[in-house]
Formats: sequence, structure tokens, C-alpha cells
Amino acid sequence: MAKIDMRKVDEIIDRYKGEEGFLIQLLLDLQSEFNWISPETIARISEQMRIPKSQIYRIASFYKAMSLKPVGRHIIQVCLGTACQVRGAPKILDRIEENLKIKEGATTSDMRFSLKRVNCLGCCAMGPVIVVDGIYHGKITPLMVENILEQYE
Amino acid sequence: MPRLNSKEDLKALRRKIVAKRDLNKPYITLCSGTACHATGSDAVAVAIQEELEKQCLTEKVGLRRTGCHGFCERGPIIIIYPEEICYLNVTPEDVPEIITKTIKGKEIIERLLYTDSSTGERMVHEQDIPFYKYQTRLVFSGNLWVDPTNIEDYIALGGYRGLAKALHEMTPEEVLAEVKSANLRGRGGGGFPAGRKWETTRNAPGEPKYVIVNCDEGDPGAYMDRSIMEGNPHRVLEGLTIAAYAIGASHGFIYVRQEYPLAVSNLAIALEQAKEYGFLGEDILGSGFKFDVVVHRGAGAFVSGESSALMNAIEGKVGEPRPKYIHTSESGVWDKPSNLNNVETYATVPLILEKGADWFTSIGTEGSKGTKIFSLVGTVNNTGLVEVPMGTTLRDIIYKIGGGIRGGKKFKGVQTGGPSGGIIPEQYLDSPVDFDELTKLGSMMGSGGMIVMDEDTCVVDLARYFVDFLCEESCGKCVPCREGLKRMREILNDIVAGKGKEGDIALLEEIATVMKKASLCALGTTAANPALSTIRYFRDEYEAHITERRCPALVCKELISYYIEPEKCIACLLCSKNCPEDAIEGEKKTIHVIDQTKCIKCGICYDVCPPKAGAVTKISGKPVPATDTRSGAENRTR
Repeated sequence: MAKIDMRKVDEIIDRYKGEEGFLIQLLLDLQSEFNWISPETIARISEQMRIPKSQIYRIASFYKAMSLKPVGRHIIQVCLGTACQVRGAPKILDRIEENLKIKEGATTSDMRFSLKRVNCLGCCAMGPVIVVDGIYHGKITPLMVENILEQYE
Repeated sequence: MPRLNSKEDLKALRRKIVAKRDLNKPYITLCSGTACHATGSDAVAVAIQEELEKQCLTEKVGLRRTGCHGFCERGPIIIIYPEEICYLNVTPEDVPEIITKTIKGKEIIERLLYTDSSTGERMVHEQDIPFYKYQTRLVFSGNLWVDPTNIEDYIALGGYRGLAKALHEMTPEEVLAEVKSANLRGRGGGGFPAGRKWETTRNAPGEPKYVIVNCDEGDPGAYMDRSIMEGNPHRVLEGLTIAAYAIGASHGFIYVRQEYPLAVSNLAIALEQAKEYGFLGEDILGSGFKFDVVVHRGAGAFVSGESSALMNAIEGKVGEPRPKYIHTSESGVWDKPSNLNNVETYATVPLILEKGADWFTSIGTEGSKGTKIFSLVGTVNNTGLVEVPMGTTLRDIIYKIGGGIRGGKKFKGVQTGGPSGGIIPEQYLDSPVDFDELTKLGSMMGSGGMIVMDEDTCVVDLARYFVDFLCEESCGKCVPCREGLKRMREILNDIVAGKGKEGDIALLEEIATVMKKASLCALGTTAANPALSTIRYFRDEYEAHITERRCPALVCKELISYYIEPEKCIACLLCSKNCPEDAIEGEKKTIHVIDQTKCIKCGICYDVCPPKAGAVTKISGKPVPATDTRSGAENRTR
């Protein structure tokens, strides 16, 4: 896992100094920079912006886009929107869980994959869809899962 | 570009832009919405650029990357002007041929055209394709022509004329009256009259007032707001600014899901351009009216699409709903009067201003005017975004436009209104779709998701799916929603796992009644709809699960078994090779048998069994027959 660069954290925090209602936007920026929000990051926000840690944890644990745990090298998103659901997405998720031996929401112990379910990626025509590191794989069958995962180290 | 300071400036600019454009010049438009992006539109764009350069045509042929055209099933879509030739499922490999044959040689490439599956007829123009032919694209029309990153494309189509008219020819009261007499109802869910909402905000005491765009489209299976925001953001900005003028607001917020990165970035570009041209900021179009907009990214919480929750999120707080006796139109963001509508509602406003309320009310039904965009998805042949006049029947949408059910399966139901809506069964296919009719059927319009289901969908499992979704998304603030959903989830989980008890259905109905009456926000009051509507229309399926331990649609894992019919097995080894659990015994010339104790019911054997054999079947509600392998496949080897 890459170490969190605190200078970068400060830089992002600085963008929001003096603004009202910034906390969600700030956390989103940190999330997209580091893929997760570490305890040190939260301490730094609290100190710099003079807000209680509890308030930051409250926001970061409420919203799905923010992760309080480090994530793996590759992020798999399995779409379980209704359209994918009726086209067999649950079987795809089952297959991936079987294959990686983790449940959705978790990261493999070798930090290779993090598995997430998402509620609609809006490309319902391709369903069932999974996205690995931003690359869309559409019209997936359970059989295709292994081949796709093998492409990622 | 100097800013525009009057209505005349806008007119002159439009004339200039249009005059510059040579309508006979060959032009390629390429659909670049998220769905086409996922199917490779970027690679096609690169291929077109390269090929044009290679053939020295960059000056002679234009390329425009537009927003979503709606027919996502067949993307990427390109249209070649001036002939308006429409090619579907275009790949980078097709590009050299398209440039050489169609652009230079004016020859049509048959294989890339739409082919009608019943008649075999090929169609050259987009408007001849049944998917488009039966639509009335008004709000969505700009998506076909506009490069969302180029404001001049929007202006060329008459963009911002509605705003100019409002600011220079009408008082705010007149604008309000026009929207009220158009009877525009909110497209985001409840269908509340937008004009009345605007009026309440306008009349509420307190300054400043805010106008807000809700683009937190959380309804799984619905993506029309995203496609408008990605494909034609200026139309939303124009509608928002008109609303701000009518209400007397000087600040606006656009709340966009973080999951919609293309919408966020196209919107940011649009905002910059609108400021530069004088459609936003101080003294808009020289009228003295000033208005500014800030974008907020939503961080992924279904409940924060609810109006008061969304306002909490804008303030940087947890997106939980506020007590409902306080109206957000009177006390919203920072406790100031705030008007919230969704993307499609605002995008409709410029049309009303430009063409008038009379024109708008001539479309639609008695209680629901204008058109509505639906996201037609699920097990339908033509997945995509569909805009039709209110009152079009479900049958027309699903069969004429959607091309019917995939794989010749039987229609079972259609879910409208997302997790807050319900499932409408076959006997109501001829119902006209509008706000009131759908509510009568126990569903709702919602934001326009329309998920088609075939006979292979288990409605109990689907109800469980929605309850599960809402359980995760319930903020937990009020007890009826938090606890009601949890208990409903437990009961439904039991039913699909074959542990249902007599009285479960009545208990579900009882919990639903309490949730409907006592929940704080619309998430809770509507959360039981999927369960209630499936009980209403498919009670026999619930009963089959509970009393016979049988899943009629053969979906619920705990209630089905996979079984190889010995007389059909051709002993090809495909299933046993692919079984991840080594649960299938069999060798060449020996009938394969599934070891039920090892089987995890992943269904791979069912998927890989060659269709000509079709030996793997699913059974439910009865024991798996024992297979006598000694009778052997060798007798029947062919």
C-alpha cells in the first residue's frame, strides 16, 4: 500500500479553506487522490479545519463514495442495478466472490483486488456489467469471470 | 468571444454561427455518452481522426462527438450528414471503409445499417428505425446535434432564446404564470407541479433564495438525467436560470452524483462557457439580472436525492432528510427558501418559454402534460432512452419501441418508479403511462426507470432485491423505515430461502402499512411498494415459495436444483469440465450426474450445456430424480 503523502493532503485541504459546507467535497477529492481516507488524513483535516474528528468520521462512513479502509491494487465494481439484476448479475457476483474468496466490500489479503457492488453504472444495455479499474466489461457470463480477473496482477 | 449584452447580440451570434456552417459539408456525429463510451466510442473517435488525416480530409469532413442518442443497445452510433445515414455498432475497424465508401463514394454500407428483425428490411435513416420512429424527442432532441463542450452548437439550435425572451420580454411573474399554465409536473419522482413550487419559494420570506438542480439520479436502472447533463448541459443551465429569474434567486446549486464523471466534467465546461458568453454571472444578456451557479458532487447515498436530505448534503452535512413539516421551498439550504427540481424538469423549461404553454399542454394527457424520457432496460430487445408523450401505453413503449422481450421469452412485468415504485403485470400493458395512471396501478412514475422483466424473473426475489437495496440506503433516522425495512428483509430472505411461514404475507402487508403512514421521508413511505405490488399481482408466487417450497421462475437458489436429464445428455463433458466445484461426475459415453451435495448452484452447467442437447434443467418443489448411469449414453451416441 502506498504511503499517504501528507503534503498532498495539505494541498487538497488548502483548496477549501474559508469555504462553507466544504467537508463532503474535500473528502471526495481526498478519496479520488488516495482511494481511501486514512486515520492520519482525518486527524489532519480535523486539526487544520478545526472540526471534530467524529464529524468527519460521520460523513466518511455515511457516504458510499468514501472508504475508510485501504483498497487493493485493482478495484472491481459489480453492477447490481435493477437492469443488471434481472439479467443475472447476482450470479456474476457469486462467481467473483467464489473466485477471490472474499465477500463484496472486502479486499483480498494480498491486496490484489477490492470488490464492490454498485447500484447502476448507467450502461444497462451492456448488462450484466463489471468494471475493473475503470474498464467496462459488458454482457458478462459467470464463465468469463476467471479470464477477466487473470488479466490483473 | 465577447460577452453578449442583449437579445439582439444573441440573435446576431446565432446568425453568424449558422451562416458559417456549410450544410452540404459532410459531417460525422458520434454518440459519446457513457454507454457508448463503455462500448468503445473513444476508439472509434480516434480511428475517425486518424483516417481523416490519412486521407487528407480533416478540412473537408467534420466530426462532432455528441451526447447520448438513446439507442444504447446498438452503440456506438454514428450519423453521417447531410444524408443522415445512421450506422450502428460501429467499431474502429469499420472506420476506413466508412470514410472511403460512404463519405467519399456516397455509398451505403449495408451491414452497418439497422435491420428489422421481422421483415429483414434495412433502414438508412435514424428516424425510420422503429426504436426512434415512435418517439417524440423534444427535451432529448439536442443530444443528437450538440457537442456538449461547445456552447455554439447549442446556440445554433436556438439555445438560450427562451432565456432571452424571459429576461427581456417578460416579468418574473409572467414567466411563473407561463410555467404554471403549462402545468409542468416535476420529472424527478412525485410529479408535484413545478410552477406551484416556484411560486411558494418566490413568496417565502428570506434572502437570498436558492434554486437547485437534482442530478443525484440514484434509482438503479435509470440514467436519463445523466444523459441530458452529459449531452446537453446548456439546456439545463438555461432552464435553471429561467427558474432563478422567475423565483428571484441569485444563487444556484447543481448536485451531481460523483458516479457521473462525464456529467461533472461536461457541466464544468458548460458553466465556464456560459459565464464567458454572458448567460451566467452579472447582468445576464444585459438585462440587469444576476445569477451564479456552484456544482456539488454527491458522494453516493440514495437518500440524499430526497429534497431536504440533498440540502443537508449541499451544506456539507450527512444527507439525511429533515422533518417534513418544514417545506424546503420555505426553508431549505442554510434555512433559506430553496427550489429543487430534477434535471429533466429544468431541461423542459426552455421549450415552454420558447413555444408557449399552449403548445406544451397540447401534448400529453389531462393531468400530465408534455413528454417524458424513460430508461427502458432489463430483458427488452432495444435497451435505451426513450422520449414519448405522456399517455403512451406501456405496450407501445415495450413492444413498438423496445422491440419486445429478448430471446422470445414471455413478458412478466415492468417495474416503474425504481425502488419506490411497483411492478405492473401483463394485464395492464395497455394502460397509458402518466403520473396518475401509474399510481392507480400501485406503482409510480418516479424519475422514469422502466425495467422490463421476463418469465425468468422471480418477483419475490425482486422484491427482496429492492428491500435489500433500500435497507442499505435507509439513513436510519426514523424507526418505521429503519426497522420496517430490516424486518421485511428478514421475512423476504426467509421466503426465498424456503423458510417462509404461514402469515408472512400478512405480516409484510402490516409492516408496509406502518411504514407508509409513519416514515419521515418518501424513501420510507414508498419503500414497501415493490413488495406490496408483487403481493398484489403475484400472490400465487409468494404462496408457492411459502407452502410448496417452490420457486415458479426457477431463480431462488435454495429452492432449486440443477439436474441433468439422462435421456438428453450427450456426454460431451462440457459441464463437468466447467464445474468450479467438481460436482459433476461423468466421462465420455457416460451420462453425467450432478452430485447434489457438492453443487453450489452457480448455474454454469446450465449455461454451457449445448443448446442442441439442453440436458441441464432446473427443478423446484420436488426431489431430484436418481439417475441410473448404467443405462449409459453409449446407446445413444450420435
